[in-house]
Amino acid sequence: MFATFILALRQAGLPVSLTEYLTLLGAMKARVAAYDLDDFYYLSRAALVKDERHLDRFDRIFGEVFRGLERPPGAPEGEIPEEWLRLVAEKVLTPEEMARIEALGGFEALMETLRRRLAEQEGRHQGGSKWIGTGGTSPFGAYGYNPEGVRIGQDGSRHRRAVKVWDRREFRDLDDDVEIGTRNMKIALRRLRRFAREGAATELDMPGTIRSTAHNAGTLDLRLVPERRNAVKVLLLLDIGGSMDDHVRISSELFSAARSEFKHLVHFYFHNCPYERLWRSNRRRRDETVPTAEVLRTYGPDYKLVIVGDASMSPYEITQVGGSVEHWNEESGRAWLERLTGHFRRSAWLNPVPQDFWGHTRSIGMVGEIMEGRMFPLTLRGLDDMARELVR
Amino acid sequence: MAAFRSTERYIASRDLEVAVNAAIALQRPLLVKGEPGTGKTVLAHEVARSLGYRLIDWHIKSTTKAQHGLYEYDAVARLRDGQLGDPRVHDIANYIVRGKLWEAFESPDPVVVLIDEVDKADIEFPNDLLLELDRMQFHVYETRQTVVAKRRPIVIITSNNEKELPDAFLRRCFFHYIRFPDRETMERIVQAHYPDLRKDLVREALNVFFQIREVPGLKKKPATSELLDWLKLLMVEDLPPEALRAKEGKLIIPPLYGALLKNEQDVHLFERLAFLSRRAGA
Ligand SMILES: Nc1ncnc2c1ncn2[C@@H]1O[C@H](COP(=O)(O)OP(=O)(O)OP(=O)(O)O)[C@@H](O)[C@H]1O
Ligand SMILES: [Mg+2]
Repeated sequence: MFATFILALRQAGLPVSLTEYLTLLGAMKARVAAYDLDDFYYLSRAALVKDERHLDRFDRIFGEVFRGLERPPGAPEGEIPEEWLRLVAEKVLTPEEMARIEALGGFEALMETLRRRLAEQEGRHQGGSKWIGTGGTSPFGAYGYNPEGVRIGQDGSRHRRAVKVWDRREFRDLDDDVEIGTRNMKIALRRLRRFAREGAATELDMPGTIRSTAHNAGTLDLRLVPERRNAVKVLLLLDIGGSMDDHVRISSELFSAARSEFKHLVHFYFHNCPYERLWRSNRRRRDETVPTAEVLRTYGPDYKLVIVGDASMSPYEITQVGGSVEHWNEESGRAWLERLTGHFRRSAWLNPVPQDFWGHTRSIGMVGEIMEGRMFPLTLRGLDDMARELVR
Repeated sequence: MAAFRSTERYIASRDLEVAVNAAIALQRPLLVKGEPGTGKTVLAHEVARSLGYRLIDWHIKSTTKAQHGLYEYDAVARLRDGQLGDPRVHDIANYIVRGKLWEAFESPDPVVVLIDEVDKADIEFPNDLLLELDRMQFHVYETRQTVVAKRRPIVIITSNNEKELPDAFLRRCFFHYIRFPDRETMERIVQAHYPDLRKDLVREALNVFFQIREVPGLKKKPATSELLDWLKLLMVEDLPPEALRAKEGKLIIPPLYGALLKNEQDVHLFERLAFLSRRAGA
């Protein structure tokens, strides 16, 4: 019945699955949102959207699909225009269901029934407000639920608003259009984990206990060891040069994934190519710099070095003293890169530029060479390969 | 069917009511997200209260494992008892420690289970609970028994979104994102907590509160819980509304603002901005 709606949602990139669709149908059968379009909107939202960033897109699609399903403003209370009813039915009913309505006597008959029922209800409830078709007695009720929430009568001020809830688009600022989440990246980065025991001894050491118990001639001697924890240390260097602007999103996703996966994660920023200074903070590039030599002193060779950058620059920036576009560098970028890769036992370069284009930019090849081939595309696959390389 | 409604004590918007009632009707978990301090945890308490159910609170920490919610086998205690010749040692069941979900499944009365701050746990945690939450049953290998829920509990899960949750897990939940309350709702929340507070004081306090939330660059915007704490302090000090009034919409440094801004950097930022704003007006 809502196939159109679900399809439209999927087309807009919302990951709605059959499970969710069935959940929604189930909830309607259970009359969680009986005969009220607003409630139906809330219910379908709770059942179909699982990420606040998708809420705005959901509102948009809901508005498009169900447009015109409300009683048009100005239509007399209790009067359902036939055109509107037909529209409703065509939008939400499958051809089979339409056929069944036809079997019931078509739209005219349906209209007549609705009208009669309304009159009865108004009599019974002394002007109280009731939706038509409660109790599953209306022709629509026979289908379990009437999604169009035929609005006859009123239900307090809640429903007398000028703008429909979904049209208010209250979740607009949450939609950052991130299609792929960071979860997959985290999973890929998990390859990098290396477990080591550290901290307080809380776990039973089985072999140790058996050994020491045997040694005691059978008198139990419990041995405890610290829990295994992810002990991998990562030093992340992120390029924030102008040409990286196109890759900001994926880089920040990588960063947030890495931050949640590694306890020991240190990061610095550079511009195009690392030289004698790195930046601590992205925003205050001018004032918070750290000498690269100090970074080399502070973080031991056991840190895994991951450089993220597009490596797209003029070759001079790599090979020449004074080649940097921003400042006078006493030593070439190559010298600094070699110093970095020489210090850290494991290092790799992640490049957000699609691998197919690497051949078009000379500097990418040069950096790749300095990295001894350990340049990987910033894709899930590339992350996976990089992780494999770094744990070797 | 039991239904949840906004109460005197807890102001629930209509969409939240519908989401909770859907979770109750279909016996599926409800995942609640939203800024810190927007009433996610309290929601579970209020749902339990309004339905007259018992609340079982499982607070998740970074070291919590899914298995902890089911049961733990205390082999160490059993070994020790064996050495000491304690007769209890012969029954393995003596060393099975029940977790929160077991407690919930066993309960003869209906319960609400709150799995609070699920995102604090390891990224695999939700996946490890999929089957148990789906079927509301699990197997205890040590005693070869299957624990089946007597009645499916209502499960409310909160998250601050520090980690993304797995799709398979999300598919099984209803989801609600608590939007930050607008002014009108906030007034009702304040009213729910402090019914005797002077209206004019509330008005001025909310002006200041929403103005501070607008300050760009704050690391942690004050939320409902901070507002309530601050109001309480204002009441204790018995401050008049005039003390909060700004001149021509300028930023003022309100009394006791330490209750609103808890981050040192935010306090500095705010003081600087308020200073600039005052000087600009002088
Ligand atoms: N809608 C509401 N009605 C009444 N009180 C509310 C409401 N929302 C929040 N509060 C109050 O705000 C305070 C914070 O709520 P709570 O601890 O549930 O927030 P939370 O979302 O769980 O925060 P955190 O993410 O930090 O855990 C509580 O004192 C609660 O009573
Ligand atoms: Mg909480």
